Amino acid sequence: MATEAQGAEHAAESGGLVFHPMDQFIVKPLFPQHSEVASVSTSDLNGVLSTGETVPLSLQQIESFQSGKEVIVNLFDAGLQKLYWFTPTNAALWMAIAVLAIIVLLVMGSSRRAVVPSRMQSIAELAYGFVHKMVVDICGKEGVKFFPYVMTLFMFIVSANFLGLLPLSFSTTSHFAVTVVLALLVFLSVTILGFVKNGAAFLGLFWVSSAPLPLRPILAVIELISYFVRPVSHSIRLAGNLMAGHAVIKVFAGFAALTVVSPVSVLAITAMYGLEVLVAFIQAYVFTILTCVYLKDALHPSH
Amino acid sequence: MEGDLAHIGAGLAAIGSGAAAIGVGNVAGNFLSGALRNPSAAAGQTATLFIGIAFAEALGIFSFLVALLLMFAV
Repeated sequence: MATEAQGAEHAAESGGLVFHPMDQFIVKPLFPQHSEVASVSTSDLNGVLSTGETVPLSLQQIESFQSGKEVIVNLFDAGLQKLYWFTPTNAALWMAIAVLAIIVLLVMGSSRRAVVPSRMQSIAELAYGFVHKMVVDICGKEGVKFFPYVMTLFMFIVSANFLGLLPLSFSTTSHFAVTVVLALLVFLSVTILGFVKNGAAFLGLFWVSSAPLPLRPILAVIELISYFVRPVSHSIRLAGNLMAGHAVIKVFAGFAALTVVSPVSVLAITAMYGLEVLVAFIQAYVFTILTCVYLKDALHPSH
Repeated sequence: MEGDLAHIGAGLAAIGSGAAAIGVGNVAGNFLSGALRNPSAAAGQTATLFIGIAFAEALGIFSFLVALLLMFAV
């Protein structure tokens, strides 16, 4: 949605097909407030709101103003409408859609409990079995207690990733604000769990008992640093991968403005899109499997 | 002038993605050579493969992040 609006604006300004690779980072309010422009000072091509603040206008708006039509300015574009934590934005909308999609898939898919599963039911069962096997394989039987959390993470990330691939949608998981929260929650809960479950013995995670004694303090420092870098790499991996993929697609989309290059560009976009479908799943898988590995460290800290 | 230097830095940061590609290739290639020697043990190690790939790739993503910061934040 944001991409579409912004892309249209760029196109209107330069008279061609222009995509900015970072378009997806624009978080916009779902219900923007509008205001009619009272007067335009044509010298600097900026409109003046009735409040007296200058507003950047697009060429289209200026043309329609000069032809005597009323010009309506989006207050968010003009920088006059602020985003608060309670403002419904496109990011919130697409996260809500992801949650809804999970509910539809898992609740409606499994509610009929048919012996011969429908397509939806078998996908729900496959997803459940996939994550369950991952938790049991890595964390052992003790880890099954935390299966609901891991399943929630996996389903949210995988559905948000796939929804982000829809044209004109907003990929929430390509934003650090979303992935950092997910990774910090994993980090905090795993650390607290480790201390609650093992007490001070959890610190044995940093004391590599298999290494020779003189090396252990040095290794302890390295282990400590790598432990605290975990949430950083955990979150940046997911967001960075998605962001990079979407940016590459948009860069190729920008090449399509040249008529000679456009067939190549369309082919490249198609190929990248196929890769992105793969990446969307693999990154959700990697995020989940790393959560399981961290969980295993908290449950069995001995090196 | 500052902008030019930032752009050069962003270009240099792209070397990191090539290095990450070497790392990921190493992980996947060694996994494959091991898996072909003992195919029955390969299925149990796919999780380890993905963890290894993820760790190797993370640093490439960091370099991408550095490039982005140089392009848009500095």
